[in-house]
Amino acid sequence: MSFQFTEEQIKRYSRHIILPEVGGKGQEKLLKSKVLVVGAGGLGSPALYYLAAAGVGTIGVVDFDVVDFSNLQRQILHNTSRVGMPKVESAKKTLEELNPDVKVVAYNEKIHKGNVLDIIKDYDIVLDGSDNFPTRFLVNDACYFLNKPLVSAAILRFEGQLTTFDYRDKENSPCYRCLFPEPPPPGLVPSCQEAGLLGVVGGIMGTLQANEALKLILDIGEPLVGKLLIFDALGTEFNVVKLRKDKKCPLCGENPKIKELIEYDQESCEIRF
Amino acid sequence: MSEIKADRELDLKGEVCPFTFVKSKLIMEQMEPGQILKVILDYPPSVENVPKSMREEGQEVIELKQIGDNLWELYVRKVK
Repeated sequence: MSFQFTEEQIKRYSRHIILPEVGGKGQEKLLKSKVLVVGAGGLGSPALYYLAAAGVGTIGVVDFDVVDFSNLQRQILHNTSRVGMPKVESAKKTLEELNPDVKVVAYNEKIHKGNVLDIIKDYDIVLDGSDNFPTRFLVNDACYFLNKPLVSAAILRFEGQLTTFDYRDKENSPCYRCLFPEPPPPGLVPSCQEAGLLGVVGGIMGTLQANEALKLILDIGEPLVGKLLIFDALGTEFNVVKLRKDKKCPLCGENPKIKELIEYDQESCEIRF
Repeated sequence: MSEIKADRELDLKGEVCPFTFVKSKLIMEQMEPGQILKVILDYPPSVENVPKSMREEGQEVIELKQIGDNLWELYVRKVK
């Protein structure tokens, strides 16, 4: 017997069910899917909001931070009355109020070498919306070792970047380290605390991450694999450049040097004046 | 004309767009190709829209007949 929707679910998901590419079967896939979002900030907020609205049945959220006034210019999951509350708690509250079909698993902790595999292993897809390189490299390597698709986005000033690494098909997908073999030296790349960020850029890129995740779950369209999308908010332009698999990549190349998780120094991401 | 034999029947009296189509589609998804769904409708816009959407999905609309004041029967064969 196939999935039985309640009257409320039929109404809630009617715009999905009407789509020939989704239908009741697609909606059932969404409700049974598990997506992990690293970071409940500028990217994670819109991504999580749309994933929950879409009825992704299990959503994990990892963040160790608490809501701050400086977040509210872009982190739309949170609000003024939640300042001081752990971000994952605020996220869970917002998302479960939006859609009670969604089970939100809150990880109020810093992601590190010792917990990353455990956190990621039960999810189908991982979205990276973190704000520092050590986390990005760690999440990437963990997804690579666990064969999980990773939808990666980054934002700074008026620019956003997006790509999908499909580690279920390593032969054909480049990895994050093909693009960036190692973290940049401390201080080279400014953080958004230093450089600033137009809040809406997070909204656009995080929403595109959710779009990638939904396509992967539904197995429709073309995921952004082997391509890097660059968004320029000032010119309102999207450009796509090809990403090639690097034969010399330290993780996925012909002679990989990296065979286990590496934890980089968090210092490389701290504010430097 | 002989009666069309339906494999499934869905009474959608009191239901409006787009839920008439949504509910018909959900039943259709559970059926096998070749099987016939009978839908009872009493909402005039749905009488237009449900057959149209079913055709767009690639299903075969066999018959639409008015059976009373504001009451219609729609027969659709599942193609895919």
